[in-house]
Amino acid sequence: MGKFWSLLFLTVPVFGIGVFWWGMSGYMWLPQDVSEHGHTIDHLFNFILVLTGLVFLGTEVVLFWFLWKYDNDTNKDPVQFTHGSHNLEIVWTILPAATLLFIAIYQMNAWADVKLRKPDMAPTCKVTARQFEWRIQYPGQDGVLDTIDDIHHVNDLHIPVNEQILVQLESMDVLHDFFLPNLRIKQDAVPGMTIPVWFRATEQGTYDLVCAELCGWGHYKMKGRLTVETKAQFDKWLADTQQRQETLK
Amino acid sequence: MSATVAGSHAHDDAGHGHSASFISTYVFSLDHKVIGIQFLFSTLLWFIVGGLLALALRWQLAWPWSDMPVVGKMLFAGEGGQIAPEFYIMLTTMHASIMIFFVIIPILAGAFGNFLIPLMVGADDMAFPTLNMLSYWFMWPAFFAMTISFFVEGGASGNGWTVYPPLSSVTSASPSSFNGQTWWLIGLTFVGVSSMMGSVNYMTTIIQMRAPGMTMFRLPMTIWGMFITAILQAFALPVLTAAGFMQVMDRLVGTGFFIPEGLIVNNESAGAGGGQPLLWQHLFWFYSHPAVYIMILPAMGMVSDIMTCFARKPLFGYKPMVYSISGIAGLGFIVWGHHMFMSGMNPMLGTMFMVATIMIALPSAIKVFNWLGTLWGGKIHYTSSMLNALAFVSMFIIGGLSGIFMAATPVDIMIHDTYFIVAHFHYVLFGGTVFGVFAGIIFWFPKMFGRLMNESLGKLHFVLTFIFFNGVFYPMHILGAGGFPRRLADPYHYESFAYMQPINQFMTICAIGLGLSQLIFIGNFVASLFIGQKCGRNPWKANSLEWMAPSPPGHGNFDTQPIVYRGPYEYNSPHASEDYYPQWVPPKDAKAEEAGEHAH
Repeated sequence: MGKFWSLLFLTVPVFGIGVFWWGMSGYMWLPQDVSEHGHTIDHLFNFILVLTGLVFLGTEVVLFWFLWKYDNDTNKDPVQFTHGSHNLEIVWTILPAATLLFIAIYQMNAWADVKLRKPDMAPTCKVTARQFEWRIQYPGQDGVLDTIDDIHHVNDLHIPVNEQILVQLESMDVLHDFFLPNLRIKQDAVPGMTIPVWFRATEQGTYDLVCAELCGWGHYKMKGRLTVETKAQFDKWLADTQQRQETLK
Repeated sequence: MSATVAGSHAHDDAGHGHSASFISTYVFSLDHKVIGIQFLFSTLLWFIVGGLLALALRWQLAWPWSDMPVVGKMLFAGEGGQIAPEFYIMLTTMHASIMIFFVIIPILAGAFGNFLIPLMVGADDMAFPTLNMLSYWFMWPAFFAMTISFFVEGGASGNGWTVYPPLSSVTSASPSSFNGQTWWLIGLTFVGVSSMMGSVNYMTTIIQMRAPGMTMFRLPMTIWGMFITAILQAFALPVLTAAGFMQVMDRLVGTGFFIPEGLIVNNESAGAGGGQPLLWQHLFWFYSHPAVYIMILPAMGMVSDIMTCFARKPLFGYKPMVYSISGIAGLGFIVWGHHMFMSGMNPMLGTMFMVATIMIALPSAIKVFNWLGTLWGGKIHYTSSMLNALAFVSMFIIGGLSGIFMAATPVDIMIHDTYFIVAHFHYVLFGGTVFGVFAGIIFWFPKMFGRLMNESLGKLHFVLTFIFFNGVFYPMHILGAGGFPRRLADPYHYESFAYMQPINQFMTICAIGLGLSQLIFIGNFVASLFIGQKCGRNPWKANSLEWMAPSPPGHGNFDTQPIVYRGPYEYNSPHASEDYYPQWVPPKDAKAEEAGEHAH
């Protein structure tokens, strides 16, 4: 039976790698990236995937091989009576430590780009999350938020393509999370805090805006859209929205 | 160790005397073994409840808003047999809460810790038997609180097991933020009190009551796991208890520790304000991250003991194993912020937590290499206990490696709060701990009840559990990479996630298979209690002290005072005549053996 059990454990790396391969070759993988910074995140994801994939394959195959070889029913060699090896311990401490430290340092720049190096500009818009919708607010002619001429909209965030966007993220009630899968952006909205979120979209289209922090019974339907369009289209949309708002007044 | 041989006999007589009533022997027992078995039965029953909640939420993920077969009409009469969205978030919350606080933590520390610590260190009982009894009975108010929360207005908590305010602390925020949340917090507090009593007891017993010759570095890894776990509990739990009280105060008298100024939720004022929602997250994770290690370190210890026994070989790198457990525990206190990378916490602080988190992968890696080293050159016996222990190693590799993705802050932006993290912690907690628990139950069942569990049924249960477990949880990595968020009652109306429904259906079918496979285990467990093959003291030919005692051990455990001559892993030692060399057997040639020990 030892052979059967070793083979069962061999299925772990075989299926493990296989399922990831299948996922990657289909559409079931990181969603299409339409942001300027996204490729660095995807690169890091793939880099860690290759690294951990090699360790996964290595350790699981070694596990299989030991199970296969040292089965009591077939292994006639005497047991290796040893309590360990100082040298091996040193090797398998230092090597992973160095690798992990490298990963830690290697990614810092990407993190700083997305979360630390805030662009020096006025906010493009304010997004206020509430149960269970996204309230969107653009500054009017004066270019200042929270004044009388602000333009309001719900659940559909329009932005111009290839321009630096700075969103001022707030929440009115409970925690929410501003998640744009296609732009590799995720940030909690916290009541009592104003959190800046910045990105640059590189392709026109409409994408999902997902609430990714549990916010109550209607969390699943707190769905918004992100519309990325040309500067001209965006300006026209903004003017039209303002027009509609005026007529409603 | 103060108790003499005569003393332990005196104990023994008292235990079997006529005065001991049923109540004091089996209900309010002071005997660590009975308390351990009480914990075991309670946690296994809750395991069934937690598993059923998981099946219900898997149903919704596979076929959202469709009538649940068989039980749907009975459970959700109001919705015509369907799961309501507020019920769905309650399912995720209570599945996690029950599995963590009523199953994983108490089965490791409460059941195995209680049963094994005195036996493995060579003591006649715990240091504080009354405190030990109370640690079990303080679980009952918690059981009561969590159970009643399902039946109060609004139902049980549906705020995620992390119960983040303001959703959890403002009653107007959601139906499930009503009184069920208060009961949840009360339940949590009692679990905390129970764990704290256990923790004090374990530390004292391990430090003070070891048998003569049982030095710290002759303790089995199980005891090291329990010891470090007890330390983690003692230092981290007070913070959670305080935080829990703060949230109760926020809810009941409006203290506003976690509520910002002027907050209005659902058109109702949230109260005084002046607080910070992030404060809860810091306090909660200051306990709950170390709790992640509380939920695995004892299992790592148990698996180490089981693997050496069935590979008939000493543990590879005993001291590095001890140091890496200690390293995990130490680093475990400064990594809680990695749960908060996206929370609005200062991103600079996130960088610090990121470095600490990535480095905590190191001791885990060292442990895996040493387990592989233990198998190398051994003679592996494929018992059902060993298979579950091997599954622990194989699955823990996956769970450990997937953690590195989340630790890398930029990658976490994409996969935070997606099914990637759900895959990760199920590979650690189910793939790791639960397989370790199965291995441990089968391994120590003969010591607990004097009978062996059935091997064929054990293997059948193992192979089905192993296959179905991977069928449920492995595809979650793929979903997570696609951004599939957790805790969504219906994710498929998002364009990005619509294509994932067939995968979820496959996973749910596997989950049903996984649930059904557990019936084999339950059947085997219950039947073996009564008709299992009777065994002697040491059916596995193992080395550690518990196998010196009768199966099951009487009150006071050992019939003679155990004296320890060597470490617990001397399998196939050249000094022994057989392929094992128990800790309690006096050496034939003490000098030669001591020289050998120093050489290693």
